[in-house]
Order: sequence, then C-alpha cells, then structure tokens
Amino acid sequence: MQALLRAILSPSFAASILRVTTPILFAALGAVVADLSGVVNIALEGTMLFSAFTGVAVSAFTQSAWLGLLAAVGVGALVGLTLAYSHLKLGTDAVLAGIALNLLAAEGTVFLLYVVAGDKGVSSSLPSKVLPDWHIPVIKEIPVLGAILGKQNALTYMSLIAVVLVYLFLFKTSFGLRLRAVGENPDAADSVGISVHRVQFVALAISGALAGMGGAHLSMGYVSWFSRNMTSGRGFIALAAETLGYRHPVGVFLASLLFGFADALSNYMQSLRVPGEFVQMIPYLLTLVALTIYSGRQRKGRRSSK
Amino acid sequence: MKTDKRFEILRTGVAIGVALLIGFIVTCLVSEAPLKAFGYFLRGPFTTTRRFAAFLEAAIPLTFTGLAISLVFSAGQFNLGAEGQFFIGAVAATAAGIYLDLPPVIHTLVCLLAGIAAGAVAGFIPGILKAKWNASELVSSLMLNYVFLKLGMYLVTYHMRDQSVGALVSLPLKETSLLTQFIPNTRIHTGVFILLITVLFCYYYLFRTSQGYEVRMTGQNIEFARYSGIPVLSVILSVQVLAGAIAGLGGAVEMLGIYKRFQWLASPGYGFDGVIVATLAKNNPALVPVTALFLAYLRVGADVMAIYSDVSAEMVAIIQAVIILLVTAEAFLSGYRRRMLLREVKQSASAS
Repeated sequence: MQALLRAILSPSFAASILRVTTPILFAALGAVVADLSGVVNIALEGTMLFSAFTGVAVSAFTQSAWLGLLAAVGVGALVGLTLAYSHLKLGTDAVLAGIALNLLAAEGTVFLLYVVAGDKGVSSSLPSKVLPDWHIPVIKEIPVLGAILGKQNALTYMSLIAVVLVYLFLFKTSFGLRLRAVGENPDAADSVGISVHRVQFVALAISGALAGMGGAHLSMGYVSWFSRNMTSGRGFIALAAETLGYRHPVGVFLASLLFGFADALSNYMQSLRVPGEFVQMIPYLLTLVALTIYSGRQRKGRRSSK
Repeated sequence: MKTDKRFEILRTGVAIGVALLIGFIVTCLVSEAPLKAFGYFLRGPFTTTRRFAAFLEAAIPLTFTGLAISLVFSAGQFNLGAEGQFFIGAVAATAAGIYLDLPPVIHTLVCLLAGIAAGAVAGFIPGILKAKWNASELVSSLMLNYVFLKLGMYLVTYHMRDQSVGALVSLPLKETSLLTQFIPNTRIHTGVFILLITVLFCYYYLFRTSQGYEVRMTGQNIEFARYSGIPVLSVILSVQVLAGAIAGLGGAVEMLGIYKRFQWLASPGYGFDGVIVATLAKNNPALVPVTALFLAYLRVGADVMAIYSDVSAEMVAIIQAVIILLVTAEAFLSGYRRRMLLREVKQSASAS
C-alpha cells in the first residue's frame, strides 16, 4: 500500500497521467464543441479509431509523422462532416448515426488494416512513424514540474494548448458566440440570421478534427502501431468527461485528468498482483459514479433555482 | 397510412440496394476477382447445409438483443447495455451450468433464470441511475458494458477456469443444463422455441398491454406522457430491467444451446448488432426476427466470402453502416414519398 502511494505521488506517475489523458482530453474537447452547437457526437469513439488507423497508414506510406497527423485530423473532420450530413441533411437521429459510424469504424478499420498490412490484429508490419517528444528548455530544469512537463509527446502539449484555444474559440470569438447561440436555441439563432446548419456543420468538423488528434496520439504517440479497437471506449469516456466538466473547456480538462488518473492507476496496478480485470474496470466505474453525482447535483440545482 | 407502410418497405428496400451496391464497389476496389467474391457473399448461406444452419443459428442471439434494444428504444431510452447484459447473462448461465446439480429440464430452466436475473440487474443499473439521478443512460450503459465484460472475464478466469485445458475456457457445463440440439448435423437447438415465446411476449407487451402503451407514449413524447399521468420514471426503469432480462436470457440461451464451455475472450458484439436489428425493424418486436435473419444472412455470407476470396469478412460493416444511415434518414426519398401521397390524395379526390 505504501509503495502504491509513493508511486502515485511520484512525478513520473503525474507525467504518465498527462500521457494517458491526452487522447481523452482531445475527444472531450471535441464533445464540448459539438454539444454546445446542439448535436451530441456519439461518433467520437469511431472517429478516433479511424484517425488512429489513418495516422499509421499515411505515416507509413509517406514516412512522415506530421503528414500522418495531418491526414488523421483530416479524416476526423471528414467523419464529423459525415455525421453532420446524415443528421442535418438526411434527418437521421444523431445517436443512431453515431452508432452506425462507430460500428463502421470498429470493423472498417480492421478491413482496411487487412488491405494495407495483411493482418487483422496489429499494424506492426507497417513502418509507421511516431510523433516526437518535445523537450521544453526552461521548464525542464524546474525540479518536480520538469519531470512532469519537461518532456512529453508533441500531442500532449498540443492538447494543453487546445484547451486554451477551444476556450478562446467558444467564448471570445463571434463564431463561438454564434455556435453557442445555435446550441442554446436554434430558432432564436435562426431568427437573427444565423445559418444554424452551417454553424453545426463547422462545429462537427472541428469536433471530429479534435477527436482525430486524440486518435493520432493513440497510434503515433502512446504506442507506435494501430491495433483493432485500440480506443477501447475512450471516445465514450470523453462524453462522460464532457458532462462532468460542465461542458466548459477548463472543467473538461480537469475531468479528463481524473479519467487519466484512473487509467494510469490501472496501468500501474496491473504490474502488481491485483486481478487485471478489476483494475481495468476502474476508469469505467469511476465514470459511472462521477456521472451520477454530477447529474444528480445538476438536477437538484435546477429544482432549487426554480 | 397504407401509403406510409408501402413507402417504408420501399425505402428500406432501396436503402439495402444502395448499401449492397456500395459494398460491391468496395469489393471491386480491393479484390482481384470481385464478381466471384461478391457472388460468394450473396450465395454464401445457401452453399451447404452446414452454412444454412449457421445462418439460422446466428439469427438467434441477434433476435434476443434486437428485442431488448427495440423495447428500450420504444421508450425513447438510448440504453445500449444489451452488449454487457448478453455477456453477463451467458456468464451467469455458465456458473449455474457448472456448479448446480439438478435433473435435466429443471437445470436448464435454472440456468436460463440465472441469465435473466443477471441481465435484469445489468439493465436495472442504468435505469435507476436515469430515473433517480437523471444520469444519461446512454453513457452509463456504455460504461457498464465494459464493467460487465471485465467482471465476466474475471469470474471465468479466476473461478470457473478449467486448469487442465491450455486455452482460457471454463469448466464444461453439465449435460443436464444444455439445450438439446434437435436437428442432426446442425447446432440448431431448442432455444429457438424460447426465442419464439420471447418474440410473442415482447410484441404482446408492447402493443397489447397498458404498460406497453405507456412505454410507447413515453418514447414518443415524454413530456406529454408525464402530463397525461403516465408514471414515466417507473416506465423508464421497468422497460430497462425487462430489456436487460431479455438480453441476459439471450446470452444464456446462446451459451446453453451452442457451447459446452464458456470460451469468449471478448464481448461477441451482439448488443450493438441488436441496434441494427431493432432499427431495421422499426422497433417492432414482430419484425425483429426477420431483420435478425437478414443481418445473419449478411454475416454468414461475408464469412463464406472471406473463405473463398481475397476480401475479408469485415466488408459487411460498410454495408451495415450504410443501411442504418439510410433507413433511419427521414429525408431519404422523402420527395418521392410526397409525390406518392399527393397521387393518393388526387385519386381519392377524383373518386369521390
């Protein structure tokens, strides 16, 4: 127990939290953008999977990790636009369309993996690239902080920057204002001349692109290969983090850290003699508890304010 | 009304046609001999008796989860927990099948009840979280799928595992617990009759009981249902428990009918397939077996194609996704629908 505590309090554990938080954070930010525009993006899970695959495939063929990332983000945006098109133009329920895209991603990526790598499990036969770790000069020298923030994957830094950017975008730009207006009350937004569908199209494309960065982190940062279903529910956890974070970028960042903590803890405890199954349950159970507490409190708050 | 029904059938047909076409295009892109591959895909289930039986067998679990999803979707609840409920139902049935000592038929019934109970508990959790604390059943049921998968794997690995076998499988189920496979050379089992009873039950429940009416009203407009005095919270809770019980029963039936030991290492995916089945059936329990057969047909066809060609079976995922997207798309062919309705109105106007 003492060893466990010591490990949890160590800077290297904190660094590993940031690492496993990255994909969840990206997807959760994507969830915020979509949700504030008034569309639930259930397809985050599948989007990440598509992007994780695309990153590996493109980086293997171009021998450039950055082109791989670019393609992953592009595919993410494309999946977001597909969701937007089926929901907004064809009138499919957003949840059902999301489920359809998730199912497509789960098996579709295996199909594609078999086409390009001749394997249905992992992409290890592909010479794919990994996004580099960045060393931050000044911070690296600071004792504890340096060990946590001094050297991380490029995408981890980008995810932290993305929190700020998404905040600025949503709350400090006129497009962000319009986006939130559309989500709050589409009819009112429409009556003042905002093109509701266009705003939602853009929002879902951004949402998909963000999830795409999360997917790229999984296959080109966290590990250096694509394996079937490697997202293992992170897109869904991101939805919970979004709810828990009060649909605000900063809140979502904190909520994502919480899930990152659970994830890192389960990775660490797997090396102890605890049955792996129980440890792997932690992030999901924690999500469940947190979601319940949050929803219950929100409901109570609404009652007392009325 | 009649035009509407005709239109729905037509639209589903066109959606399937478009999906198959896209599937064929994809096959052309990846295959050396696309015509041969796609031919195997379409004829697959009819190539041998064994495969035809496999097609029927595959429809059984799909029908159970399709029914479960139809019920929750009818109530407007996006509870996607059928995946975990099915899994944990199978685990519970396995435990009862291994450890209990009972006479033949009774043993089977007890195993099925164990599956029902486990599934009902699994359905109860998102239901009560929604009804009491308003926690999104969508997110909570998705999380629970992982929890039940891990819990089930833990129970099998640490408590029911057969140490004498190299692979990770459970101890064998007792003969007395198994459902009889009654057609020679196939694995079609007496679970089919349980299935038919469940289909009838669900249809009757949804369309012939007052609670079923309440379920559907809640699904169509929850506010209206609340104002007209329907206890929506208890409806939401009970329908999720019932759906969980049915998915759990499905897991138990699959376990006792097809297998001798528990041998899944991952969730077999029938829960999400149930979403496809229910969506195609427009959440009507009477149509669920038909759409389950259809999905099973695609799956077995894809497997056969993968054996005889260079196209992998996952191609079918593309076809499924397109079908769901188009079948549920309100605007798909809506212009045609308007013309159909107009023509009908004109005809009846000139007739009178």
